[in-house]
Amino acid sequence: MIVRILGEGQLVLEKDALAELNKLDDALMAAVEAGQQQPFGEAMSALLDKVRELGTPLPVEDLKPSDFILPSAYSSLDEVRDLLSSDGLIPG
Amino acid sequence: MADGVMKRMSLIFKSKANKALDKYEDPRETLDYSYQKQMELLQKVRRGVADVATSRKRVELQMKKLQQEGDKLEGQARKALELGREDLAREALTRRANISAQIGDLNTQYESLQGQEENLIRQSKALEAKVEAFRTQKETIKATYTAAQAQAQIGEAFSGISEEMGDVGMAIQRAQDKTAQLQARASAVDELMTSGALDDPTGLAKDDITRQLESLSAGGAVDDQLAKMKLELSGGGNGNKALESGSGTSYASKSGEISDADVLKDGGSA
Repeated sequence: MIVRILGEGQLVLEKDALAELNKLDDALMAAVEAGQQQPFGEAMSALLDKVRELGTPLPVEDLKPSDFILPSAYSSLDEVRDLLSSDGLIPG
Repeated sequence: MADGVMKRMSLIFKSKANKALDKYEDPRETLDYSYQKQMELLQKVRRGVADVATSRKRVELQMKKLQQEGDKLEGQARKALELGREDLAREALTRRANISAQIGDLNTQYESLQGQEENLIRQSKALEAKVEAFRTQKETIKATYTAAQAQAQIGEAFSGISEEMGDVGMAIQRAQDKTAQLQARASAVDELMTSGALDDPTGLAKDDITRQLESLSAGGAVDDQLAKMKLELSGGGNGNKALESGSGTSYASKSGEISDADVLKDGGSA
């Protein structure tokens, strides 16, 4: 499966990594919904680090769309919330 | 709400791509239209990279200016102490601390901008590679076009590239916001400098500490000269002694009194 980290690029991961990623993703979603700054930051780092650890970069000339997309490491809680609530942040 | 962040975000990107795809009856039109958009975005990314670099250089220049100003204040503090003006020295050092804080602030921005610039360059290269791949694929699809297979083929290439474009587009937006913020900050620092709170960047106008230090030294020189003149008038016999006492500013008034007395005495005897 392919995971994109916004601002970084796409990574290829084994399908069986999904269970672990889902757990971290649930924690992130919970933090976003609760609107709590610190848990959000921690959950983001944990998830991004795991994806970077398990993934290998997809060649840049590959045009495959990603199965999953993650916010960039610089995203604030508000930005992530905006990203999820509408497609207003994505230009084009 | 069962989906987490990563699934929902990919769905949002996909729906965006699908909406664009649905706009055209003949999928081949979509390809050409998208390619045109890609080229536009590439231009925008290159401009974005240039803008970030310009901003970064401006911050660099400002940090250098502030550094010079800080060094100057340190020199002034030293000079003020030599002249026995601890109050002025304290003022100079206080301003210097303020400037150090500004430099620290700018440095943080500088580093984040540098990181952003590197990221943008990397993303711009990735986009370039993808656009080139898209162009090749577009030509292949058009050459072997059958309506049945086209939709699927085009769909994949299209969502792949549009995802990349969305990503890069956001990065550019972020870079533009950041440079705008920085521009505002840079102007604020410039304003501070020209208003004299920090110093005139041209170095032509004198700040108040410099003026005070100069008037202090000038005052000392006037006192010295007065003492010397009085000595000359008094006949110079005990001139060396009077000059010595006149050389320190703290003795100026005292030596003045002595000289006045001497002058009066001399005047009386003549």
